[in-house]
Amino acid sequence: MKAQLILENGMVFEGKAFGYLKETIGEVVFNTGMTGYQEILTDPSYYGQMVVMTYPLVGNYGINLEDMESYKAHVRAFIVRERSDYPNNFRCELTLDGYLKSQKIIGLEGIDTRALTKVIREHGTMRAIIAVRELTPSQIKLKIDAFNNQMAVSEVTTKEKYEIKGKKIHVAVIDCGIKQNILRSLEARGCKLTVFPASATAEEILSVNPDGVFLSNGPADPKDVPEVVEAVKQIVGKKPITAICLGHQLLSLALGGDTMKLKFGHHGCNHPVKDFITNRVYITSQNHNYVVETIPAGARITHTNLNDQTVEGMYFEDLNIYSVQFHPEAAPGPTDTAHIFDEFIKVMQGGKL
Amino acid sequence: MPRDMSIKKVLVIGSGPIVIGQAAEFDYSGTQACQAIKEEGIEVVLVNSNPATIMTDKEVADKIYIEPLTIDFIEKVIAKEKPDSLLAGVGGQTGLNLAVELHDKGILEKYNVRVIGTQISAIKEGEDREDFRALMDRINQPVIESKTVETVEDAVAFARKIGYPVVVRPAYTLGGTGGGITETEEELREIAASGLHLSRVHQVLIEKCIKGWKEVEYEVMRDSYGTAITVCNMENIDPVGIHTGDSIVVAPSQTLSDKEYQMLRRASLDIISACDIRGGCNVQLALNPDSFEYAVIEINPRVSRSSALASKATGYPIARVSAKIALGYGLDEIPNTVTGKTYACFEPTLDYVVCKIPKWPFDKFYTAKRTLGTKMMATGEIMAIGNSFESAFLKGLRSLEIGQFSFKHKKLQECSLDELKEKVVIADDERIFALAEMLRRHYREEQVCKITGMDIFFVKKFKWIVEQEELLSEMAYDELTPHYLRKLKRRGFSDKAIAELIGVVEDDIRDLRFKWDIVPVYKMVDTCGGEFEAESPYYYSTYDKTDEVEVSDKQKIMVIGSGPIRIGQGIEFDYCSVHAIMALRARGIETIIVNNNPETVSTDFNISDKLYFEPLTDEDFYHIYLKEKPMGVILQFGGQTAIKLAKFCDKMDIPVLGTHPKQVDAAEDREKFDEVLEKLQIKRPKGKAIWSMEEGLQVAEDLGYPVLVRPSYVLGGQGMEITYEEEQLRRYLVNAFERDPENPVLIDRYLMGREIEVDALCDGEEILIPGIMEHLERAGIHSGDSTSIYPSVNIPEHIKEKIVTCTRMIAKELKVLGMINIQYIEYKNDLYIIEVNPRSSRTVPYISKVTRVPIIDLAVRAMLGEKIGDMGYGTGLYPEPQNFYAVKVPVFSTEKLPRVEVSLGPEMKSTGEVLGVGVTVEEALYKGFIAAGKSLPRQGGTIFATIQKYDQDEFAGLAKRFAALGYNFVATEGTAKKLQASGIDAKVVKKLSEGSDEIINVIRSGEVNIVVNTPTKGNDSNRDGFKIRRAAIEASLQILTSLDTLRAMADIVEKQIRTEETNIYDMGAGADE
Repeated sequence: MKAQLILENGMVFEGKAFGYLKETIGEVVFNTGMTGYQEILTDPSYYGQMVVMTYPLVGNYGINLEDMESYKAHVRAFIVRERSDYPNNFRCELTLDGYLKSQKIIGLEGIDTRALTKVIREHGTMRAIIAVRELTPSQIKLKIDAFNNQMAVSEVTTKEKYEIKGKKIHVAVIDCGIKQNILRSLEARGCKLTVFPASATAEEILSVNPDGVFLSNGPADPKDVPEVVEAVKQIVGKKPITAICLGHQLLSLALGGDTMKLKFGHHGCNHPVKDFITNRVYITSQNHNYVVETIPAGARITHTNLNDQTVEGMYFEDLNIYSVQFHPEAAPGPTDTAHIFDEFIKVMQGGKL
Repeated sequence: MPRDMSIKKVLVIGSGPIVIGQAAEFDYSGTQACQAIKEEGIEVVLVNSNPATIMTDKEVADKIYIEPLTIDFIEKVIAKEKPDSLLAGVGGQTGLNLAVELHDKGILEKYNVRVIGTQISAIKEGEDREDFRALMDRINQPVIESKTVETVEDAVAFARKIGYPVVVRPAYTLGGTGGGITETEEELREIAASGLHLSRVHQVLIEKCIKGWKEVEYEVMRDSYGTAITVCNMENIDPVGIHTGDSIVVAPSQTLSDKEYQMLRRASLDIISACDIRGGCNVQLALNPDSFEYAVIEINPRVSRSSALASKATGYPIARVSAKIALGYGLDEIPNTVTGKTYACFEPTLDYVVCKIPKWPFDKFYTAKRTLGTKMMATGEIMAIGNSFESAFLKGLRSLEIGQFSFKHKKLQECSLDELKEKVVIADDERIFALAEMLRRHYREEQVCKITGMDIFFVKKFKWIVEQEELLSEMAYDELTPHYLRKLKRRGFSDKAIAELIGVVEDDIRDLRFKWDIVPVYKMVDTCGGEFEAESPYYYSTYDKTDEVEVSDKQKIMVIGSGPIRIGQGIEFDYCSVHAIMALRARGIETIIVNNNPETVSTDFNISDKLYFEPLTDEDFYHIYLKEKPMGVILQFGGQTAIKLAKFCDKMDIPVLGTHPKQVDAAEDREKFDEVLEKLQIKRPKGKAIWSMEEGLQVAEDLGYPVLVRPSYVLGGQGMEITYEEEQLRRYLVNAFERDPENPVLIDRYLMGREIEVDALCDGEEILIPGIMEHLERAGIHSGDSTSIYPSVNIPEHIKEKIVTCTRMIAKELKVLGMINIQYIEYKNDLYIIEVNPRSSRTVPYISKVTRVPIIDLAVRAMLGEKIGDMGYGTGLYPEPQNFYAVKVPVFSTEKLPRVEVSLGPEMKSTGEVLGVGVTVEEALYKGFIAAGKSLPRQGGTIFATIQKYDQDEFAGLAKRFAALGYNFVATEGTAKKLQASGIDAKVVKKLSEGSDEIINVIRSGEVNIVVNTPTKGNDSNRDGFKIRRAAIEASLQILTSLDTLRAMADIVEKQIRTEETNIYDMGAGADE
């Protein structure tokens, strides 16, 4: 079935719909990873977004049940040049098409994804609609204007508090849309985890008396979740805090720093980050539209992005707070920075970097 | 860290002549590395024996030594130039081995030269199988169960332990030479023996066979501070067991999930970190398709063929960055030249698919055993870029110039399914066509995967292509719809393929497309998937709507490259293309290059103003032409590949700069050319074009035997033979007409005279001959395989004058604008012409370097309308140097191609060449022979001779000279008798045809220094001569099949030239130094 991607600036890309055929509105971002579409689809940070893959062939190895980053797919739509009809891999359990159908998500193929990527690069992230029937310009405008992603975190956070057993330190996790591989990474290092919904108050979190608190990744603008910032403010100084991605931005806001929106974000597996602790450069997995613009007073920058010099990590020695913007849990992407989790644990145990 | 300021003078060792396993990629990477060093203000001293390279240009290095790549000569260079550093990893395996040897012999220490980049200890750890295994064990990286052995018996014992099949891999050889997979002990003994012999350290690895696993490569970089990245990963469509150089390869990997991709990436980085690699490295891994199990196959701690491919596939300049790392920079300090904004410290992301297909020499060597295995046999490769797998693959197929535009393969269509299956299982160069043919006959896809080990992902893609071919075959022209045609074009189908399948001509499809506005657009290769603005003018075509090319309104010219490296069309043509571009750029003209060979300098995106990485077919070329509308196109530097476009240019009124296409035809068409010669009264060996067997035999009878026979349109002497008798001619003609019934066969009288070769420049009126070259071997041996001497030694003045006159007449008559190459024979004090090529030839780089006449630059200027007389190099014959000689010696790869005829003849067989320079012709010859791997003991060697009866008198004369120097002889009966009759002792061995293996045993025993065999008949693998020659080649013995070469060797040995007394010459400074 023919379908159109109509950007808010009026540009139209025509392709063929697959997956679950329904009209969708969202924010268009592009991801430059050549593998890892399954992890991308199921990453809660993409809530509200339509993801364009710059690599042209997608779905080659199908979908399996092991590589899920959450219990469902969160993207609004999945835009590719070419979807594979005949995936193959020893773990392939579903096709991309089948999985999207089951998740009620529309796919769009046959798009000149490079041209679309360049449009987003030039104009910045844009809202858009995927139309499966003719719409008038005013209908389109109305629908696009109605799009709002401010409630994203509350949509993807856990509804209930839960625990994951572990023998070593006890970490309270604030789930703003956490990727499973973060939990797996902490669990693999023996952490006992108590996972809280994003709406949890500082009292609730401190009541389990954790050794440290971890703030997760998640979708949208950190300024959309002032309640989490508020909770963090009250935890600061009481417990060591570590964070990834959105969590890192929330920490910065809580400590008096500021965040800003990037033109088209960082979404991919090839971002070089200079680590001032080891003085080496690591290739990292990234997925964010916002960055820390001003770091809070008293923080030391531990990491910067070599491409655009944005802040990628900060450390408060006195407060035992350490956070990174990139994704050490990878999934998808390079596992080069897995040691960050060891550093997190060290900090949460009260140690210094 | 900034660069190490103590580095002031760097020695770079090149890779030497082009051989199978070591081709143009090292000119590309070497040139890039030298430039990266030179731009830092550091002096570059270069040693390379190969004159046909860009890297030996004076613009690339400060001091250039075209000298033999042996320890002795490199030590001379070190002693003279006193470099403080050596960069080891850019000259291929040759350069790496030499660096190790220089280190081991204490030469580096003696002259205080340190190795920069990856250190010798790391190179050894990466290259020595046992050390590498131990290292892998330490860092918990799985390797394949294996053992290094030094005897055949140990090999057999270990194979018994791990079970067959096993793989044999010799240590320190090029392109896996001498290896193989075997299922039987008998075969193992054979392969192990040959492998042990070929290995520099006399070791082979016996390894458990993991056939059917996926073969995946990672190109990785690491700096001295520990930062490590991967540039590209590549997946071989052919599974483990077929050398990656002989595999169809895609980049990036297509069938690996992120988990697998990252697992292997991490392993690669861990390995190079553990090895302490400083620069680029290639890591080959095998992945079990049914689990996460993997194994490290090997690493190459240097730039490689794969790294050249990865550079072109991603736009990331691996050699350049490696060189910068060696100078001390960190990856985060080296700018990314593609974006101009980011740094070299990132991982390229592709938003297209790259497909590499090998180019094999079996069209030339049709008797060769074509089975692919762990030994590389391809001479070159093509790369194609598309935004689907199908388009990349189909573009690749037509780039190969094997006459295939679709999967439909005439010969294989006649095979039974059984035969096809066998071809697919054993795997030869035609495997992919056999596989397609099986799919066409509805052989089950799953089963194809099972018997080939290919992933069904790819097989399904091939099946789709086959299905469209079938649909088209049933379709009428007027049934084509815009929708379907667009779909086919998006998937890479060529007009020619569609036309052939439907049964119309190519023009019909093009007309239809233009009517329906189905035309390609061009996308950029930018390393970053469009995320950042890029400055790389590097493009490929797609059938999308959005075009990224900015067409300028400047004056511009398109240069057509020469495609994949093959026998007869080597790196020389890339040299010419690159120089043409430089000449145009120097004149402020915008340059556009079109080529499809990833190994070359010409496809480096900053050589030209724009690079189109596209197939060199009429269609693909035409689209670029229409896009860019250049003022003209230049065809004469791209070998036969580019010349093939001349007819099309003529038809489409595309302005060709230089000699007009009609004149090209006049030179290549026998009858038209005869008219030209007739008119000019220039002699050629009598001959005729014949269309039938009867006619042929009659013509030969009239001319008198021996006669030279060949097909009318030739490339590198394909299918050419000297026949001595009717029976032989009859056999040749049957074959020739069977292969090509549509074109005539040419029969010429064979003149056994001196062959002379000339490259000339012409502005339409006046000519300049930079040099007249004399061939060492008499006429009848392909000019590409002859030892060529400049300036000539034996050509009398009046013949030289005649050469100048004839060349001027021909060039003028053919209205040559630019280059012309003419081959003459001096026979009984008269001059005959044998061949004219109205284009650049393989001797141009060599003559340019030796004479310092910038031949290509002048040729381009002539094409642009300048007069030769005004260029400052005079007209007529350029003055020949005094007391300076340069000898070009051919180099062969026949030891890598089982069952290939070795003896020299009219068909070209060499893959590369070296240059020897000296103040006497003997010194030049001596160095040339050494550089080509031919040398004789100064006294007391043993010559094994088996000489055909017509040559025995001549041989006896030569033998006397060798005997006087203390040489011994072993010979077959006839030859021995002749020697004895001349008073020379000779040990007699029985002929093979007498049922004895004595000859083969003598050859293998190691007691012989050289085998001299003049053949009676080539290409007949049942004959004694053929077997002797192969045995000699396989035992790595020198073999001479021309007495002229032997005579030159006698001259050298008599002169008692010693390496210690020879000089080295900086070709960048003054030839007379």
